[in-house]
Amino acid sequence: MDHSSTVAVLRSTLGEEGFRTSQFRDNFRIVVPADRLFDALRALKEQAGFDMLADVTAVDYLHYPNATDRYGVVYCLVNTTTGERVIVKTFVNDPEPRLPSAFPLWKGADWLEREVFDMFGIVFEGHPDLRRILMPEGFASYPLRKDYPLRGRLERHNFPAIARAEG
Amino acid sequence: MAVRPNENFLITQLDWLANFVRANSLWPMPFATACCGIELMATASSRYDLARFGSEAIRFSPRQCDLMIVAGRVVMKMVPVMQRIWLQMPEPKWCISMGACASSGGVFDTYAVVQGIDRFIPVDVYVPGCPPRPEQLIRAVLDIQEKVKKKGTLFGREFEERKAPERPRALALELAPQEKIVAPGDYRTATQEWEAN
Ligand code: SF4
Repeated sequence: MDHSSTVAVLRSTLGEEGFRTSQFRDNFRIVVPADRLFDALRALKEQAGFDMLADVTAVDYLHYPNATDRYGVVYCLVNTTTGERVIVKTFVNDPEPRLPSAFPLWKGADWLEREVFDMFGIVFEGHPDLRRILMPEGFASYPLRKDYPLRGRLERHNFPAIARAEG
Repeated sequence: MAVRPNENFLITQLDWLANFVRANSLWPMPFATACCGIELMATASSRYDLARFGSEAIRFSPRQCDLMIVAGRVVMKMVPVMQRIWLQMPEPKWCISMGACASSGGVFDTYAVVQGIDRFIPVDVYVPGCPPRPEQLIRAVLDIQEKVKKKGTLFGREFEERKAPERPRALALELAPQEKIVAPGDYRTATQEWEAN
């Protein structure tokens, strides 16, 4: 797949040095800095025709060899006319990982960003309804962070037991 | 002179009658949350035919049921729902924990999956397997029938004997040494206490 027109759009928006690209098999990856993320996504949508946001997810690079940033946030975009796919990646860090919400561009970002918030605690500014989507309301941790224990912090046993005579 | 049966004699007979009626028409409430639910459906199908044992009337309203079959893993978000459904079922009622996940968490030893529903509601019969075959579930229903016939009383006195929650005590065994047990409360206290330590 030829991505040259996509790269040209990004070059005119972010400048020559504003982004990095790489290719792994058929994945074309674009790494942009977090403060230019929204500009990049908007250019990709409005000028390069990426009209579908297929997925938003995140990676926690804690203890990852040679990693410089804590969280990578990944956007998978599809151009439904040409079938072109790109992966946009950006990095955020503790203590307050924040990114602009992609909701103004793609309505489908709503639940995807809620899931990333629920699992990694990355706050999407401008999201209309940033609540937990998978974990219960009162849950206080972000379970897919690498410093969260696999078995949890005993939240799973934190319920009253019902005995026979009461029930 | 007519023989007057004494009180005890009479009550025993009523118990027997009640047990006979209850045991042979258990109405299951399917609490099917995962793959075990498929075997539960197969059990009710014509091939395995749970109707032979009087339990064909599967109802999706807890208020019409007296046998809860928890089939599948239960996550912590589901525990309050499960407890509410259990409380909505009228007495007398029984519970089957079907499959490895419902009984012990199975392979899902993660933050979200509870390690056995018997920590939160009373369980009468556990069915091993992943998933158990329909024959095993039928065996469990027959075991419940036997339990009802042997021990049941008209007013459910056999339940009142068991006031304490029958949940596993050895919670500490499953924890790593640096983890600590939190008292029941909300999640927030659990996590804050954790972080304070
Ligand atoms: S015991 Fe096996 S079949 Fe049943 S819910 Fe668990 S994983 Fe699925």
